[in-house]
Amino acid sequence: MAVFPPRPRHVMRPLDVVSVSGTLVAVTDGKMPMRAKVASSVSRTAAALSRAAGRGDGSVIGGWIGLKIDPDLLRNLASGRAIALVSGTNGKTTTTRFTAAALGVLGPVATNSFGANMPTGHTSALARAGATPFAVLEVDEHYLARVIDETTPRVVALLNLSRDQLDRAKEVAMMAQMWRTALAAHPDMHVVANADDPMVVWSAVNAAHVVWFSAGQRWMDDSWVCPECGSPINRAQGDWWCTGCSLRRPVAQWRVEEDGVVDPKGDWHLVKLQLPGHVNVGNAATALAVAAEFGVRPIEAVPRLASVASVAGRYAQVDRDGRNIRLLLAKNPASWLEAFDMAEVAPTLLSINARDPDGFDTSWLYDVDFSPLRGRQVFITGDRAYDLAVRLEVNSVAFRHVHTFDEAVQATPPGRLEVIANYTAFQDIRAELDRVN
Amino acid sequence: MSTESTLRIVWIYPDLLSTYGDRGNMLILARRAALRNIPVETYEVRSDQQMPTTADIYLIGGGEDGPQALASQRLIADGGLHRAVNQGAAVLAVCAGYQLFGGSFFAKGAQCRGLDLLDINSDRGETRAVGEVRGDIDPRLGLPPLTGFENHGGRTHLGPGVAPLARVTAGIGNDGQTEGAWNGKILGTYAHGPALARNPAIADLLLRWAIGADSLAPLDDTWPERLRGERLAAASAV
Ligand SMILES: [Zn+2]
Repeated sequence: MAVFPPRPRHVMRPLDVVSVSGTLVAVTDGKMPMRAKVASSVSRTAAALSRAAGRGDGSVIGGWIGLKIDPDLLRNLASGRAIALVSGTNGKTTTTRFTAAALGVLGPVATNSFGANMPTGHTSALARAGATPFAVLEVDEHYLARVIDETTPRVVALLNLSRDQLDRAKEVAMMAQMWRTALAAHPDMHVVANADDPMVVWSAVNAAHVVWFSAGQRWMDDSWVCPECGSPINRAQGDWWCTGCSLRRPVAQWRVEEDGVVDPKGDWHLVKLQLPGHVNVGNAATALAVAAEFGVRPIEAVPRLASVASVAGRYAQVDRDGRNIRLLLAKNPASWLEAFDMAEVAPTLLSINARDPDGFDTSWLYDVDFSPLRGRQVFITGDRAYDLAVRLEVNSVAFRHVHTFDEAVQATPPGRLEVIANYTAFQDIRAELDRVN
Repeated sequence: MSTESTLRIVWIYPDLLSTYGDRGNMLILARRAALRNIPVETYEVRSDQQMPTTADIYLIGGGEDGPQALASQRLIADGGLHRAVNQGAAVLAVCAGYQLFGGSFFAKGAQCRGLDLLDINSDRGETRAVGEVRGDIDPRLGLPPLTGFENHGGRTHLGPGVAPLARVTAGIGNDGQTEGAWNGKILGTYAHGPALARNPAIADLLLRWAIGADSLAPLDDTWPERLRGERLAAASAV
């Protein structure tokens, strides 16, 4: 099977930017070259115009224009700031939000909190940030090497690597190799990496400064073969080791224990979150580990994590007609397992699309075990509801097909309705609920 | 069925070849057997285990270059799959697994030796074939049209010892003209991952071959039929 270049997940439409000229505003930052100042300013203006025109939050389009005018804009905007990058297949939006909240102890923090996680989004986030000394940026895993080069971060956090949109994405092993090469080129950078994921460990194990965290790994099907030597990887009681070479799970300095986090000194901190699920305690542990690299103590940061109520609409709760609707995003097999873990035993609506941002292939449905839903009242909808229907039948999960979100709401008794949807299906439902964030 | 009354299904090397929901084919076969009261057992045989020789149906799935080459080496060294096929086992080989059933295939820029169980050879195409694939299945198999999703960089050339599984009506398959190959009780296809979800008739063909039955009790295929209708139409629209 061949390697092929990743395509961008967001399609830029030049039509969105027609009315930009003639609206430059004065730039006050004296450090940037003139070209960068103009580019930064135009970038901000375009973002504002895009927002005003109702075309999203503008965080992508603004950066796109800025980078057109000055290809070094991201580098210039990053210069002089202390930056943390957060990357991985799953959990990066939430972990970025947690990390930004934790670093808030030190002062204002710039972040791309709308999930615009490619260089255009980073450029836009930093262009909006003014003189803010700290930034936490979520980075699409394909772009990590480039964003490391351009932003020279103080810390990079590596969460996990698993299959995601395989009809376009690089293979998992290839991604791990890209990360490994990127880290080797930046020996001064501090790395906060997941000890439970063999692919992440292999990518980070040679880095000069690594702090390991353990948040548990529910999904293992992409790391049964050692990326170093090709031998099988064995697992037992949370530990793992290669049967053919020295690659094995490192000792984690940060780990989750029950509903709290143990720090490198061995102190346990209760982590109370508004976000559900064991997986988010893991994301919180990662954020605390990153914040510690900036000198923030867990005891200061933990209360701030509790302030995060939803992330780009995920986990948001909406009350309608006596139903409490909770929105969970699940975009690949690993995140479906996490969603089942978070969801209450309650009526559940599943929605699947296979549009461009989702990937056109629904084969991954068979990598997810839907049996936790047996016995729950299950509704299905979305462009690819029939794929889901066949999958649920094979899994012996009873379901009802509904054509609209509202049909599911009306068929549900008052109380909680869990909604689990993949990317564009999630956006559709959010739009239907008329909820921006 | 070979010796006992239980239908045995082996999924070959899920540790190496399991990239695109390949587990689905095993789950679907097992379910369709069980619904007809055929006792069924499934086995997932890892690449560090010996390949059983007496199962009735063998499934092999898609994968990346390195694992594909490794799987071929181990299956050749093990020899168990060859014995099973010679004893008349049925096979569904998908994507990378389909390629490695042939004489040779390309992985990591080198030509690799395959199992020589299908008279096919695979090399690289100039473009990657990604998207819906559809074809009219060889009339001798008596099956409705094939629908699937393909995602591969290879092109496969068929020798005289096999027939195309289908004539392509949308997508690429082997070469834009034909898709997959079959001979005896071996079926190979580029319709990747859970191909049987969209093609329950192929699942039933494998079951019939395995138990030596001309027909099976019909099942309620309302949802698979709706899925098929939608996907066959979607392939037309492309
Ligand atoms: Zn190894």
